Amino acid sequence: MDYGLLFIQTLNGLQLGLLLFLVASGLTLVFGILDFVNLAHGSLYMLGAFICASLTYLTGNFLIAVVLALPATGALGYLLERFLVRSLYTRDHLDHVLATFGLILVLDTLTHLIWGPAGIAIPLPDWLDGQVEVLSGVVVPTFRLLIIAVGLATAAGLFWLVNYTRLGMLIRAGASNRTMVAALGIDIQTLFALVFALGAMLAGLAGMLVAPITEASIGMGNNIIITAFVVIIVGGIGSMKGAFVGALLIGLIDTLGRSFIDDLFKLFVESNTAETAGPAVSGMLIYILMAAILAVRPQGLFPPKVR
Amino acid sequence: MKRLITAALAATMLTTPALAAEVKIGFVTTLSTGAAIIGNDMKAAAELAVEHMGGKMGDLDVNLIFADDGFKPETGKQATDKLVQQDNVDFVTGYIWSHILLASRKSVLDAGKFLISANAGPSQVAGPLCHKNFFSTSWQNDSTTMAVGEVLNQKGVKSIYIMAPNYAAGKDMVAGVERTFKGTILGKDMTKWGADAQLDFSAELAKAKASGAEALFVFYPGAAAGAFIKQYHQAGLKDVLPLYSAFTVDALSLPKLQAANFESVLGSVFTQEWDPSLDNPANKKFVADFKAKHGTYPSFYAAQSYDAMFLIKSAVEAVNGDLTNMDGMRDAMRAVKYDSVRGPYTYGVNHMPIENFYEREVVADADGVWTTRVVSTVYTNHVDPYATECNME
Repeated sequence: MDYGLLFIQTLNGLQLGLLLFLVASGLTLVFGILDFVNLAHGSLYMLGAFICASLTYLTGNFLIAVVLALPATGALGYLLERFLVRSLYTRDHLDHVLATFGLILVLDTLTHLIWGPAGIAIPLPDWLDGQVEVLSGVVVPTFRLLIIAVGLATAAGLFWLVNYTRLGMLIRAGASNRTMVAALGIDIQTLFALVFALGAMLAGLAGMLVAPITEASIGMGNNIIITAFVVIIVGGIGSMKGAFVGALLIGLIDTLGRSFIDDLFKLFVESNTAETAGPAVSGMLIYILMAAILAVRPQGLFPPKVR
Repeated sequence: MKRLITAALAATMLTTPALAAEVKIGFVTTLSTGAAIIGNDMKAAAELAVEHMGGKMGDLDVNLIFADDGFKPETGKQATDKLVQQDNVDFVTGYIWSHILLASRKSVLDAGKFLISANAGPSQVAGPLCHKNFFSTSWQNDSTTMAVGEVLNQKGVKSIYIMAPNYAAGKDMVAGVERTFKGTILGKDMTKWGADAQLDFSAELAKAKASGAEALFVFYPGAAAGAFIKQYHQAGLKDVLPLYSAFTVDALSLPKLQAANFESVLGSVFTQEWDPSLDNPANKKFVADFKAKHGTYPSFYAAQSYDAMFLIKSAVEAVNGDLTNMDGMRDAMRAVKYDSVRGPYTYGVNHMPIENFYEREVVADADGVWTTRVVSTVYTNHVDPYATECNME
């Protein structure tokens, strides 16, 4: 067993998990609190990446671009809520799915029209473009460490926001009894719009962080949205803690599975079979986990208390 | 009686299009998703070819119909079915992806039409599934990577690590390197492919580095190329694990890589049957006019699409526009009676080109734009390894 490799792969898994958390946290907020199924959440992730890419070339600096792109993505989320999503709250989930699926197609095509089909690579500043030796012989790209740091900081910020602030209290109250909160004189519509915008910002942030690694491309959100749904199902719909634990679990299982499962298989079957079966099985692992959790604990690992 | 008239009318309507003096060509490629960058380049080249022909093949007008395969075999087959059955095209060409070509080939060949692959070259159509009405203006998948293996041997590389997407062409490409590379293969990762392809290679790159291999071989076409090169660059592997690739570094990924200044790609080694710097009149005209029209270098996908159009033209002209003369057109194509941008080539028994393969490298041209040039010729008149498995009637 190569412990250096295991350590790197754990870091890689952590990084993937935290990216997933950024997407899943917004999804779980909107799904759990607004009771709205937003398939187009991934499109906000894509738009975040594209807006950030354009701003990077405009300002010449990736970090400034992120700082500017965050409120832009939030504003976009706010507008979407105001003009489209709001009228759908009273409809059932199937209508949500249909409307947001249509929204995906519209946003993908709009992106195609504005930015072209090619996708955009985002250059990083030199100090982020290198590698850091975290332990002797264990070298990790600096940018991936930054993703981990930003992910952890955002998670901490969200926990504080939801659990210890007035806004967080309102969000939790609005989730358990929307009518009662409105009757107490709180503007529930503005509150929900803010939550939706927050979710959009979180998804956008994930897109901005992943774009320098993979590049901003059309349809990038559709890949992650399915995994994000797996995360919130595993974690418990509406639970921030569940999204966090679920995302890290899925990130680690996926990465470690991809890294070690064919080696594991080679202990039992001959090398060629292992190489074919390995990727297939590692691709299934997270879904197997989801199925197992649905069977044993259908409400997810950490269901919110109010429901 | 009424029914009879309706039927007669319908029959007339169905046969009318065939009377028009035109040759109908269906062009199936990827025009949506991130891979549309390839499809658009092929489309641009095919349109340039028609422009160079003055819109005519012999006396017939060219009617070029593009269709999107959506990067999915099932959509590609549907698009092909529509071209063959509804549009009643005479030729179907295009096809970037091996798995889409494999899903679509039967629709074309069973209808008795010609199928010209402008890119995909899965081992199956070169071997057991070869067909008299199938031609390729590209290569059989294994051939390009066999050349990579050969280059690795020439450079004295003793061990490599392999990364490729897990689909028909990925397997062929890996098989190609494995066939010719004489050193040891220390590890191999086949990653998820398709519309939701895996684009984060952190785990695989960490494994590759830990394996202690002397070099890394990859095959990542299209949008995945940019993602891969970026992560290779960010992981700082350029000096530890030199990069050998096939269909990864091309005219589509280079402008983006240059804009983001990913210098790790400079000095990486790759092989191909064509290069924009190849010195022949057809290629010079093609590259110059493509650059003038679109501002970028054409990719090899574009070059092969341009060739496909001229191969069809040579067939149509050989039979004086008599599109029912399949045998005449087939014989003409087999004889390669047009000036390919790759220079002269011939067809093998399986209708795969017997052609040269070159080692290429990335250089900056006179204007500072990153492009490629030929370093050496790896194979002269290379015959693909599946030709012997082809038993054409």
